[in-house]
Amino acid sequence: MSMTTESTQQNASFGNIQARATSTMNPAKIAIRNLDFFYGDHRALKAIALDLPERQVTGMIGPSGCGKSTLLRVLNRMYDLYPGQRATGEAMMDDMNIIDPKIDLNALRARVGMVFQKPTPFPMTIFENIAFGVKLHEKLSKSAMDERVEWSLTRTALWGEVKDRLHSSAMGLSGGQQQRLCIARTIAVRPDVILLDEPTSALDPISTLKIEELIDELKHDFTIAIVTHNMQQAARCADQVAFFYLGEMVECAPAAQIFTSPKQKRTQEYVTGRFG
Amino acid sequence: MSATTSTARGIPGARKDLTVARALGRRRHLTNTIVKVACVAATVLGMVLLASILLSLIWRGAAGISLTVFTHTTKPPGSGGGLLNAIVGTLIQTVIGTAVGTPIGLMVGTYLAEYGRSSPLANTVRFVSDILLSAPSILIGLFVYEIAVEPFGGFSGIAGCIALAIIVIPIVVRTTEDMLSLITPALREAAIGLGAPKYKVIVQICYRSAMDGIVTGVLLAVARIAGETAPLLFTSLGNLNWSISLGQPMASLPVTIYQYAGSAFEDWVQLAWVGALLITFGVLAINIAARLLLRRGK
Amino acid sequence: MAEATEHLVKSFDTDLKRLRDMLTEMGGIVESQLVMASAAVMNRDNEAATRAVADDPKVDALEHEVEQFVIRMLALRQPMAVDLRQVVAALKVTGDLERIGDYAANVAKRSIVLGQFNLPYSLTGLGHMASLVQEQLKSIIDALGSSDTAKALEVWRSDQVVDDIYNALFRELITYMMEDPRNITPCTHLLFIAKNLERIGDHATNIAETIYYAVEGEVIPDIRPKGTSAAYAVVRPKD
Repeated sequence: MSMTTESTQQNASFGNIQARATSTMNPAKIAIRNLDFFYGDHRALKAIALDLPERQVTGMIGPSGCGKSTLLRVLNRMYDLYPGQRATGEAMMDDMNIIDPKIDLNALRARVGMVFQKPTPFPMTIFENIAFGVKLHEKLSKSAMDERVEWSLTRTALWGEVKDRLHSSAMGLSGGQQQRLCIARTIAVRPDVILLDEPTSALDPISTLKIEELIDELKHDFTIAIVTHNMQQAARCADQVAFFYLGEMVECAPAAQIFTSPKQKRTQEYVTGRFG
Repeated sequence: MSATTSTARGIPGARKDLTVARALGRRRHLTNTIVKVACVAATVLGMVLLASILLSLIWRGAAGISLTVFTHTTKPPGSGGGLLNAIVGTLIQTVIGTAVGTPIGLMVGTYLAEYGRSSPLANTVRFVSDILLSAPSILIGLFVYEIAVEPFGGFSGIAGCIALAIIVIPIVVRTTEDMLSLITPALREAAIGLGAPKYKVIVQICYRSAMDGIVTGVLLAVARIAGETAPLLFTSLGNLNWSISLGQPMASLPVTIYQYAGSAFEDWVQLAWVGALLITFGVLAINIAARLLLRRGK
Repeated sequence: MAEATEHLVKSFDTDLKRLRDMLTEMGGIVESQLVMASAAVMNRDNEAATRAVADDPKVDALEHEVEQFVIRMLALRQPMAVDLRQVVAALKVTGDLERIGDYAANVAKRSIVLGQFNLPYSLTGLGHMASLVQEQLKSIIDALGSSDTAKALEVWRSDQVVDDIYNALFRELITYMMEDPRNITPCTHLLFIAKNLERIGDHATNIAETIYYAVEGEVIPDIRPKGTSAAYAVVRPKD
C-alpha cells in the first residue's frame, strides 16, 4: 500500500518537473509592455515587456538594485504612496491598465495582493487579521466570515495550528507562522494575482520549504509572481524565470531552460555565480 | 623583545608581544573599574536625592493625613479645614484639560506623521509645537488671561481648563508623531496592499500599533498638568470656597499649596505638605494603573 | 572550457580545473593503452600487450575518483547552466573513457593469443582501422581538454569511415573462415579485435556528443551516422 503511494508521489513530482520544462506557458494574466519607472529623475525600469501567465509562477531574479522589486510594486500601484515615483507604459490585466491613474486603487488591490519580505501581522487577533481585508470589500455574515477565515487558514496549512486560538493575538506566532498568516490574509480576499517580495528571506530553511510547498499548491488557483534573491528557490518554485539587470529584463524563459542552458551571456554569468 | 617576522599567513606588522598586550589589558581593566564606580556613585547620588524628597514628602505629609482632609473644604487658618475643593478642582480641570487637549494633539500628531511628513507646513507645525512644549507655562497662563479672563470680566474654571489643554497639546503631538513614525512602512503597505483606504489604515492599524506609546504620552501630559501652578494663577485663580462651577474661579491643589506653603500658619503649612503628597502619589497611582491595564490588554 | 570570466568563488574554478585535469589524465592513459594494444596486434609485441593490460586498474581507479568528485561537486556547489552541463558531462565521459580502456586491454589480451597463430593473410585492413581509431581518440581527448566543438564534430562524423572498414573486415574474415576451417580460431579472435576497435570508435563518438552538449547547451542537430551493417550481413559461400 505504502509503495504505491510513494511511486505515485514520485510520478507526480516527475510530472511536475516535466511540466515546468515545457515551453508552453498559459495565456498572460498580466501583460506588461513598454514599462518605464522613475524615482524622481532616475529611470529605474527601462521598457519592460513581460507576460505573467495565469495560474503559473513567474520568478524574478537578478542582482541587488536591478529593479525586480520595483516592478513588483508597480503591479499593485504601491508607488502611489510616495510622491516623486511614477510609471509610464502599460500593464494590462483583463482590459484594465494597472498604470492608468484613473482606476480605483482599492479595487485593484483587491485583485492583486502582496506579501512582503518581513512578516507583518496586524496588531490584532488572528481572526481579525484575516477578516480585516475581507471586510474592506465584502459584507459577509458571521458564519460566512468564519468560513472564509477557516478556508484561508486551511489553504495556508495554518488551520490545525491556530484553530484553538483564533482570538488570541497574532503577534504570538512564530516567524514562519506569521508569514503564512500574511499569505492567508492576502488570499482571503480572493485576488487574481499574488505578488511575493522575497517572502522567505527572513525565515529558517524548514519554514521556507513549507512556504514553497504552499506556493506550489496555490498556483492552481492564483497567478503568482515571486521576487527572490535565492536562485535555488526560483529553480524550485517558478514555471518561468525572468532575469533582470540594471533595470532591464535580460531574458525570460521556462525555469529549466534558464538554469540549464540560458541564451544570454549575462544570464549565464549570473546564474553560475560569475558575477552578481 | 618583539620579533619583526610576520605570521605564517602574511599578516603585516610585528609579531604580537604578550607583555605589551597584558599591560594594555590591565590599564583597560582599571579604566573600566573607574567608570563603573563613577556610574554607581552618580546613580546612588541621584537615588539618594530622589529618596530624600520622597521621604520628606511622606514624613511631613503623612503626619497631616486624616479624613478631614478629604471631607472638608479649605477654611481660614485655625478652623480645621481640608483640601476637598482643591482636590475636586484639580480633578475637574485636569480631566477637562486632557479631554480637550488630547484629541487635538492626536490629530495634529497624526497629520505630521501620516500626511504632512516633511512638507513645509508640517515642518513649521512641528517647529511651533516643539517651542510650545518648552514654553514657560506662566506665559501660557498670561495668554489665556488675555483671551478668556479679561474679555469675560473674571477668572473662571474653564479658563484654567483651556490653559491646561494648551499645555497638553504639544506633549501629545510629539509622542503621537514619534510613536506613529516608529511603525514600519511595511505594516502600512501591507494594509494598503489589501485595499484599505488611508484613514482605515491609520485608525485600525497605526493607532492600534502605537497605542502603548500614545497612552504613555497622554499620561505624561496628565502628570505634567496635575502639578502646574503658574498658568492657573491667572486663569482659575483658586477659590477658598466650595465651587464646581466652570464659570467661577476654581480651586486647585497646586495653587492651594502655593497659597498655604508660604503662609505663617502651621495648619496651613501642614495641609500644603499633605497636598504635595497627594499630587505626587496620585500621579504615581495613575501611571501604575494605566501600565497594568495596558499589560492586561495585551 | 574557456569562460570569459571566473567564478566569484575561486575554489569553484579550482574544482572545475581539477575535474578537467583528471579527465585529461585518464584520456592520456587510455590513449597510450590503445597505441600499445595496436602495436601488440600488428607487430606481435607481447611486451606492449602486457603494458596495455597493466594500465587498466589505474583507469578504473580514476573513473571511480571522478565519479566521487562529481557527486561531491553536485552536492556542495549546486552548479547551474554551463557548469552543471560540464559536471554531468564529466560523469558521462569518464564512463566512456573507462570502457575504451577496457576494450584496449581486451585487444591487447587477444593479441597475445593471436601471436600463437601463423596468419597467411595480411592485416593491413585491421591496421588501417586501428590507426583511424587512434586518430579519433587522440582528437577527442584534445577536444576534451580545450572544449573544442569543431574537433568534436569532426570526430563525430568520422565514425562512418570506421564503421565502413569494420563492415569490410567482417566480410573478409568470414570469407577466410569459409575457405579453410583452420582459419576459424584466429579469424574469430581478429573479429573480436575489430569489434572492440569499432566500439572504441563509438565511445569516442559518444564523448563528442557529450562535449557538444556541454559547450553549446543543445544536442547535435544531425542524425548520428550509423554505418555498421555487419549485424545484418549475410555472406553466402561462393559456389
